[in-house]
Amino acid sequence: MLGSGILKGLAVTAKNFAGSFYDPERMATVQYPEERAPLGEHYRSFPLLVCENAADPLGTLRCVACTICEKECPPQCIYIEKSKDKKPDATGKPQLYPVIFTIDTAVCMGCGICAELCPFDSIKMDKVFEVTATNRFTGLLLERDQLAKSNAYYHSIRPAEAAEVDARLAAERLAAEEKAKAAALAKAAAAAAKAAAAPPTTPPSAA
Amino acid sequence: MSPAAPTQAPAPFGAPSGPTVRTVTDAFHGDLLEVSMGPQHPSTHGVFRMDVTLDGEVIVKLKPVFGYLHRNHEKIAENTSYLASMPYTDRLDYLCSMSTNWAYALAVEKLAGQAVPDRAQYLRIILAELTRIVNHACLVGFLFNDLGTSFTPLLYAFREREKIIDLFEALSGSRMMCNYQRFGGCRIDPSPEWLAAASRLVDNFPRFLDEYERMLTGNEILLARTQGVGRLKAANAINAGITGPVLRAAGVNYDLRKVDAYGFYSRFDFRVPLGEHGDTYDRYMMRILEMRESVKILQQAFRDLPTGPIMDPKAKIRGFRPKAGEAYGRLESPKGELGFYLLSDGTPNPYRYRVRPPSLINLTLLEEMCLGHTVADAVVILGSIDIVLGEVDR
Repeated sequence: MLGSGILKGLAVTAKNFAGSFYDPERMATVQYPEERAPLGEHYRSFPLLVCENAADPLGTLRCVACTICEKECPPQCIYIEKSKDKKPDATGKPQLYPVIFTIDTAVCMGCGICAELCPFDSIKMDKVFEVTATNRFTGLLLERDQLAKSNAYYHSIRPAEAAEVDARLAAERLAAEEKAKAAALAKAAAAAAKAAAAPPTTPPSAA
Repeated sequence: MSPAAPTQAPAPFGAPSGPTVRTVTDAFHGDLLEVSMGPQHPSTHGVFRMDVTLDGEVIVKLKPVFGYLHRNHEKIAENTSYLASMPYTDRLDYLCSMSTNWAYALAVEKLAGQAVPDRAQYLRIILAELTRIVNHACLVGFLFNDLGTSFTPLLYAFREREKIIDLFEALSGSRMMCNYQRFGGCRIDPSPEWLAAASRLVDNFPRFLDEYERMLTGNEILLARTQGVGRLKAANAINAGITGPVLRAAGVNYDLRKVDAYGFYSRFDFRVPLGEHGDTYDRYMMRILEMRESVKILQQAFRDLPTGPIMDPKAKIRGFRPKAGEAYGRLESPKGELGFYLLSDGTPNPYRYRVRPPSLINLTLLEEMCLGHTVADAVVILGSIDIVLGEVDR
């Protein structure tokens, strides 16, 4: 019968309309500002810079201004200027630090390649997506102190990944300490050996 | 009836353009009307323009004009590292970034001679088939929008698409710009919960397809508007290099998943649906049937997914520079044969980078499909070819 296909289709539409009130399969939307869909563990928006101590964000940045992210960034939205002097980093090793570190989030496409390539676990992806600015030239240009976020914040947005990073860094720190200790011991042993070897030669020359 | 030659001389390049509608007089048929459809026309799926010459409402000449979304993708890729092009490939076919990623990774892996672990191969197939479902669901939704069913079928299709896109977001961090594949594997290992959720979604998908077909496939208006409209002959399609569902709707059995058996597709049991008439209705049915086959592939993939690493341990992420040579990697993207040609000179950047976009090549026979049909049919035919302007213009 002509028109039966249309009637069948209308029956489906009616079923969907009624189902949208009680069937979770058909309730696809949430009332956004009041309700929010949860963000996944891997959700990414814009980069941030992790610092060890929230009280002193700029003093404890993990970033050592190696500029790998600046070179690899596909839309070239990162700008870094290295420091002239060195400051001890979180492990106590003297390192360079970024004097200027800006990310133009108006250009950033949120691909996450900077976070993937960073060898110091410094640059990570944030989960903030409600970003607005009133100034179109500098409003979305984030400076170093705006980018610096504490490790605690990083733990709050990505618990699993942050725990893994912390464990790895702690292991590296331990290895570095042990190496330093072993080096100090070896040095002391060498000095002792030298001291032990020295006395027979020195007295005759002194005499 | 032959297309009439315009009596007016074309305006020189750079001259101020006149009104977009002008009349061309043909002594035989009276007035022919030249209309510029697009680039802001909502039915052209992006910034695409068709210069159509009309005799009444019937198209006598059609010229596709594109390039409004040109972003210099190939040249940018030649000036950045191999990895930095990966997020740009998301933006080629922005509906199916997972399979576009895979096509690029396939070409680079071929160039560098990299192996891919088994688990990553399975994950790639899972994600590519989910992408196929996303793309085809979008396409049939938009096709009905083009037909004039204002938004109901589109939103039903989008509701299902959204569930898959949410899975992509949970896995890769982004809904559409996934940037997930890497040279030698994948970026993130999915959790067992993710796999369970994806498997549940795939098992429920045929129910949605049944409902969708109940609503639309037997619909008299759909039959009247699509059957016999925009016929494409198999020989012409082959000559023009058309691939994908458009070619298979014309009855040519050519699917790279079977022909090339890239990845692990040879391990899967699935059929390639074929059309008979090559008209718009066949192209619509092709998408519905391919979604059903994709569900079959996905169920097998979830069943057989091995454990193990997802990344080749020898793969280098930083300082990746393949030895000099060339490679062409291709796969069956939801729109057709998507290929990446790479020429390396041993530096961190490719010397030449070329994309073979299925959307652009499938567009070449648009005029042949549209001649003799009305403007309203041209919109539907264009919708059934399935173009994404990000890929056409690059």
